[in-house]
Amino acid sequence: MALADPPGTNIFAPQSTPAKSILDLSIFVLSITGIIFVVVFTLLVYSISKFHATAAGAKREPAQVYGSTQIELAWTIIPVLIVVVLFLATARSIHAIQDAPEPPGAIDVTAIGHQYWWEFRYPKLGIITANELHIPLSDPNHPTPTFLQLLSADTDHSFWIPELAGKTDLIPNHPNRMWMDPHRTGIFLGQCAQYCGTQHAKMLLRVSVDSPEDFAAWVRTQQQPAGRNSSATAGRQVFEHTACINCHTVSGTPADGRFGPDLTHLMSRATIASGAAENTPANLRLWIQDPDAIKPGSLMPAMKLSDADLDAVVNYMETLH
Amino acid sequence: MSAATIPPVEMPQSWTLPYRAKVGMVSLIIAESAIFTIFVVAYLFYLGKSISGPTPKEVLETPIFFTICLLSSSLTIHFAGRSLERNHRGAFLGLWALTILLGGLFLIGTGMEWHRLIYQHGLTISTNLFGTTYYSLVGLHAFHVTAGLIMLTIVLLFALAGKVQQDQFRRVDTLALYWHFVDAVWVVVFTVVYIVGR
Amino acid sequence: MSSNAITIPALQVQEKPWVDRLHEWVTTVDHKRLGILYIVYALTFLLFGGFEALIIRIQLMHSHSNFVSPQVFNRMFTMHGTTMIFFVAMPVLFGFANYMVPLMIGARDMAFPRLNAFSFWLMAFGGLLLYFSFLGGSGLYGAGNAPDVGWWAYAPLTARAFSPGHSSDYWTLALLVSGFGSIGTAINIIATVLCMRCPGMKLTRMPLFAWLNLVMSGMVLITLTPLSAAQIMLLIDRYLGGHFFDAQAGGSAVLWMHFFWIFGHPEVYILIIPSFAFMSEIVPVFSRKPIFGYPVMVAATVCIAFVSMSVWAHHMFTVGMSSYANSFFAITSMMVGIPTGIKIFNWIGTMWGGQIEFKTAMLFAIGFLFQFLIAGLTGIMLATAPFDWQLTLSYFVIAHFHYVIVGGILFALFGAFYYWYPKITGRMLSERLGKWHFWLFLIGFHVCFDVMHIPGLLGMPRRIYTYEPNRGWDTLNLIVSIGAFIQGIAILIFVWNLVSSYFNGAEAGNDPWDAWTLEWSTTSPPPAYNFATLPVVASRRPLWDLKHPEDPDSLYE
Repeated sequence: MALADPPGTNIFAPQSTPAKSILDLSIFVLSITGIIFVVVFTLLVYSISKFHATAAGAKREPAQVYGSTQIELAWTIIPVLIVVVLFLATARSIHAIQDAPEPPGAIDVTAIGHQYWWEFRYPKLGIITANELHIPLSDPNHPTPTFLQLLSADTDHSFWIPELAGKTDLIPNHPNRMWMDPHRTGIFLGQCAQYCGTQHAKMLLRVSVDSPEDFAAWVRTQQQPAGRNSSATAGRQVFEHTACINCHTVSGTPADGRFGPDLTHLMSRATIASGAAENTPANLRLWIQDPDAIKPGSLMPAMKLSDADLDAVVNYMETLH
Repeated sequence: MSAATIPPVEMPQSWTLPYRAKVGMVSLIIAESAIFTIFVVAYLFYLGKSISGPTPKEVLETPIFFTICLLSSSLTIHFAGRSLERNHRGAFLGLWALTILLGGLFLIGTGMEWHRLIYQHGLTISTNLFGTTYYSLVGLHAFHVTAGLIMLTIVLLFALAGKVQQDQFRRVDTLALYWHFVDAVWVVVFTVVYIVGR
Repeated sequence: MSSNAITIPALQVQEKPWVDRLHEWVTTVDHKRLGILYIVYALTFLLFGGFEALIIRIQLMHSHSNFVSPQVFNRMFTMHGTTMIFFVAMPVLFGFANYMVPLMIGARDMAFPRLNAFSFWLMAFGGLLLYFSFLGGSGLYGAGNAPDVGWWAYAPLTARAFSPGHSSDYWTLALLVSGFGSIGTAINIIATVLCMRCPGMKLTRMPLFAWLNLVMSGMVLITLTPLSAAQIMLLIDRYLGGHFFDAQAGGSAVLWMHFFWIFGHPEVYILIIPSFAFMSEIVPVFSRKPIFGYPVMVAATVCIAFVSMSVWAHHMFTVGMSSYANSFFAITSMMVGIPTGIKIFNWIGTMWGGQIEFKTAMLFAIGFLFQFLIAGLTGIMLATAPFDWQLTLSYFVIAHFHYVIVGGILFALFGAFYYWYPKITGRMLSERLGKWHFWLFLIGFHVCFDVMHIPGLLGMPRRIYTYEPNRGWDTLNLIVSIGAFIQGIAILIFVWNLVSSYFNGAEAGNDPWDAWTLEWSTTSPPPAYNFATLPVVASRRPLWDLKHPEDPDSLYE
């Protein structure tokens, strides 16, 4: 987690091909619009400063000019040409990003938006996790891009990691697709960009780009069933005898709910509540006791556990590596 | 309060402008067309997308007789207007009443169809996408027929009281324009629901 | 009031009991009174909407702020957007159209005065319905709440499952009702312009103001109605168990998006075209020249109207349309820039070689030109679909459309207030307060909305009630909020100017700006019948012809 570079969300610092080609187009568009701005702004300022009323001229009206076909033609044709150029650049970029074929080595991930968290499934690898997406670094010579299928379980969401790709919405009944091929390892941040309800603001996204070795190691960990630690039997009992299991899954146990995040490897994640808080025992305890204290309006109910039960459940959670 | 300076300009020789009621009605028809377009688009978009039955093929029957009623009422209302223009009050009254009768028959037809769909086939507005789009599209049209019939009836009452004069034929024609629109919409709805939709 | 007595005969202001006067206003069918009702109504809602904006800005001043709860914040941005578009911008623009169009075309009233009153009251009750939701959104028995689904109300967030209670229904009904009012007004403006012109006022001689409002009204007919249709569908879903937008039953959330934006994008032009109309009257008069390229201005407006109806899905580039659809909507969106650019050039062409008088109205018009230029250019950026994938749904897009709506529409509107207030009230607005208003608002605007682009570029999404401290958005948001408050102060100065000038302003006379259109030929305020004898015109600038009989416009047109 100790990174020299703090993770950013700057669209001008792309670390992946789609974000990079968007930036290239953006620079082009910015230059053209910049030139237009300078030209028109100069005309405007010139006419304001040159043609203001003077005391001498106040008596007489200026020459009454009604128009000029030549000038009108000029300032119609030039914008038309600019639009043609802009459109060609845009269409090329749309095609390059949107219609990119999926290479054989690509990683497939299904991202499902929920109010207000993210579910990530790796169908080929048999992994289900939440809120923190792990994807491998993509070597330009042997690209291993990640292709996301985007679904929604409830309302509309939008997947946005500014430094990796533009946004794509997650809409019920309307599967979408996007891809990214990160060129640098590290943590990348983003969040839900389409208003999805009360806690839209704290539906944060965290992408960890791992080196191929780290990614392989992560995959192996995630494929393990939940750890069994005898020291947490009490907590596990509480967990399995309350409503927790209606919404949460811990693989290999009776808990198989799908409404909330999969907790099988909860401790492998750096944050809880979709990035709203760091994954510390204290935060975990607070989250189970009173979710509204961290994320008011989240759909996680306050479990009203006794202090002893609460400690036991937190203790159990701490064993889910 | 003298209304100041009027530009010293010669009156133009001829100065006629469109009849404002007609312009207003045409504008309303344009707006209504846009509403119907959206409902038609929704109907077409959801064709065959219902998750459960019944489907249009299973339950819809083409209402040919009632369609003929409605479409012929366009003719009767047109000739009613022409009769008034020529001051044939009796013919106007008769054709106008016939128009209302034909429009009323059409509404009865819609009512019978809905009754059959609801009680025989169990299709309501909440059954499936077909039910939702069908009842709202046909219902929106039936609502417009009803509104038209109310207006036609008001004119009929005035006419029976002898208050509709020859020089009011342009007003009557404005109302007829609305009625033609309702008929034209039915041609579209009929095509979409009973021909394309099956 | 002593200074009045000298100039206005006492019998003019014969005091009636207040109930009688209220009754007159409520039952009026006079286009001028209805115009004033629209404008006052809109200004009231402007204060509501502005208040909501300030709550939003206080909450966003720093990260992890707890000024309001997320629920309240979501209601605030929903209400702010809905209020500003439907109950400020629409009525105030209709108000000016109502007041000015008949005067400018030499008519005594609108084509359908009673429909006019009906339309106004529909819109008025629409606004009341919307705000009643604060009490009745969850029923009167419980704590009420206002709609919190965003002003686009995307499905399925509006479905019963996600939006229980009645707040979304109040939103739907308010827009449906006021939408019918708008359609009524649009029909009325069209019929008025086409059928009520005074002799000689050919379409080619009409002031651009009337032309542009005609085009705007045509757009209302075609593009506001899809929203009404979609609202009806939403009501069917919520009350009758329909499935139009119900994903569980095969319904489509994307269909709502299309229906909404088929309305939503042209709506921007419905609002900006009347602003163009203000510009096209103010700029020539204060430059002392006729509008440059009148036929081109008309053609460009019609062009904008048509093209703007085929650009709606540029709001949906992230929805996952095919690359062909995205390309299509990218090029149509860029194309709108061409006629819009032509208009900007023509206004500059009008100023070119003129003798510009920097009255407050003209200052606002120049502010409009400058800001609308920038808004257009950021619009081009958003039209390039891939760039849009980054910019849309972020604060960049918020900054962009506030540049259009505040920097463009509101600036033109302020110009219109300073320009026509003398005609409507018979009193001049204070130029001294006006300059304060202009400069403060200009500074506040740029502090707020120039800076607002940046958090968007740094990844800040819209509609979030709070944000994380580590994103580097804190300082920028603080600056934006300060700018919002400066604008708030400027608005208060403006309102104070409106009120105090009504009582103490200098007498305006018929024609304080030495202008050229027919409304300046009658008294200020105009009598109920507008013109004692209907005017006859021979050119686009009848009062110019009158003042310059040696060189009338009619020789050149």
